[in-house]
Amino acid sequence: MIAKVVSKNFDIPNAHTLEIARANGRYASLEKLFCLSPDETICEIERSGLRGKGGGGALTGEKWRLIPPQSSKPVYLVVNADEGEPGTFKDRQILEFDPHLLIEGIICASYAINAHHAYVYIRGEYVFWMNRLQQAIDEAYAAGLLGNSVFGRDFSLHVTIHKGAGAYICGEKTALLESLEGKRGHPRLKPKGKEPEWFFGNPTVVNNVETIASVPFIIREGYASYRAYGTEQSPGTMLFGISGHVKKPGVYELPYGTSMKRVIYELCGGIKGDKNLKAIIPGGSSVQILRADEIDDITLDYECLKAHGSALGTGGMIVLNESVSIPEAMKNLFAFYHHESCGQCTPCREGTGWVDRILAKILAGKGSKEDYQTILDAVDTMNGKTICVFAPSVAFIAQSYLKKFREEFEALIK
Amino acid sequence: MSRFGFNWENEEKFDALLERYPDKQSLMLPALWMVQYQEGWISLDAIRFIAKKLERTPMEVYSVASFYTMFQLQPVGKYHIQLCRTLSCMLCGSKNIQEYLQYKLGIKVGETTPDRQFTLSLVECLGSCGTAPCMRLNDTYIENLTPEKIDEILDGLCHDR
Repeated sequence: MIAKVVSKNFDIPNAHTLEIARANGRYASLEKLFCLSPDETICEIERSGLRGKGGGGALTGEKWRLIPPQSSKPVYLVVNADEGEPGTFKDRQILEFDPHLLIEGIICASYAINAHHAYVYIRGEYVFWMNRLQQAIDEAYAAGLLGNSVFGRDFSLHVTIHKGAGAYICGEKTALLESLEGKRGHPRLKPKGKEPEWFFGNPTVVNNVETIASVPFIIREGYASYRAYGTEQSPGTMLFGISGHVKKPGVYELPYGTSMKRVIYELCGGIKGDKNLKAIIPGGSSVQILRADEIDDITLDYECLKAHGSALGTGGMIVLNESVSIPEAMKNLFAFYHHESCGQCTPCREGTGWVDRILAKILAGKGSKEDYQTILDAVDTMNGKTICVFAPSVAFIAQSYLKKFREEFEALIK
Repeated sequence: MSRFGFNWENEEKFDALLERYPDKQSLMLPALWMVQYQEGWISLDAIRFIAKKLERTPMEVYSVASFYTMFQLQPVGKYHIQLCRTLSCMLCGSKNIQEYLQYKLGIKVGETTPDRQFTLSLVECLGSCGTAPCMRLNDTYIENLTPEKIDEILDGLCHDR
């Protein structure tokens, strides 16, 4: 079940140091990379079908293609390490155990889009991981793997770590760029057509840490080796983080298409306390919840989860056993969303707080019959009426909790 | 005029960072961090200082500083305990940990001990869901929390109690 594409060096002691990293295959893709043209590099990624691992699952090659090949303006690569989606703790494994893999990926991606400066935006809390990466960056500079002549070639690349400051919304790529520009993390309006992101008006690609860390394997082994994992539409592997009520929580690298049930009951040792499973939130907290009776045929890929009315998201699965009160879990998450709404759009800023307060009232035993419908109405007002996808996601999750566990809410309201 | 100023180390750091961004404005978050590490918190005086350095208005700097949870616009204790309250930590018992911390420190969430040694905050998902419950003690993650572990760590700290 376990795959070793990104996580290959995770168990090797001191693989975060350049010496051990190189002895275990890091930077081996560069020889091949510099034999390819930037266009051929993008082609390789397109053929691999690599999809973004930060939650959206967009095609990485398609994103890179949006950068004008002969841009007169400087091009930037921004790596999104603002890992904050509840239930998600995978990027930190890469930063901790194999930071050179990320740097190698940054070199490949920057070469493909002709960027000469890359920023890694890391959430402010991850101080240990920031230091880990900075150490690796310093080593890479000293070894000539970064700087004015990368790997002895006529290609310059600088990498700068940018420290976030505790705003969940900055994981949204346009909010991240606003933050990188020194502003409040307010998402930007989506453009009408397809275009790159913009950093101070310069064309920019924003990719998740794990996405970038998947690139060296594809360059080194070829796109077909990557496609050997996973399914036709979701090729490759992903780092799945499993938390909550399982006996062996943790991060496991799995090919897309792996059975969810096998992951929970075989890899993770089953449900903690030998209780029954009640529900699973499959892709970070911002996706619809699944009842225990819905997971039998679920495989971990974008298509299957979508067909089951949820989403693969970040691959961070939160497992809830039968002891959990669903209204209480929902209240916990709504306190989160209320705190983290950036405040830019009224339906989101007010709606999250409103639902949070109603849930508090219901849990305190003061709920009234109308409350159930009021929450549905409130989230309906949030859906599709805001700048970013935060509010629609919150609306969908609220509907799924309310509809799939209606009896639990009604039991509290009577 | 602000009385606040960077120490020489931060002055050097600031100048080095200027080279690494296409626009000075990107130094907003780095500068706020430098202030916070230098002073422990970010005063209005320091905000005026940053505004001058970045050629923005103090209000603009303040609006950014107040947006981000990790920037402290009030002084906090020498040790800032930030306990994760979000779902995976809750499922693994963060509420008990919260009660234990409140009992042990004699303060409630959001408060600082009268001797200014400890501040207790609840924070949102720290990304330690697989090793829950989790808290940060200043910049250090402490995971798989139990009351015994908290005793061990807090009792070993150097403080003036």
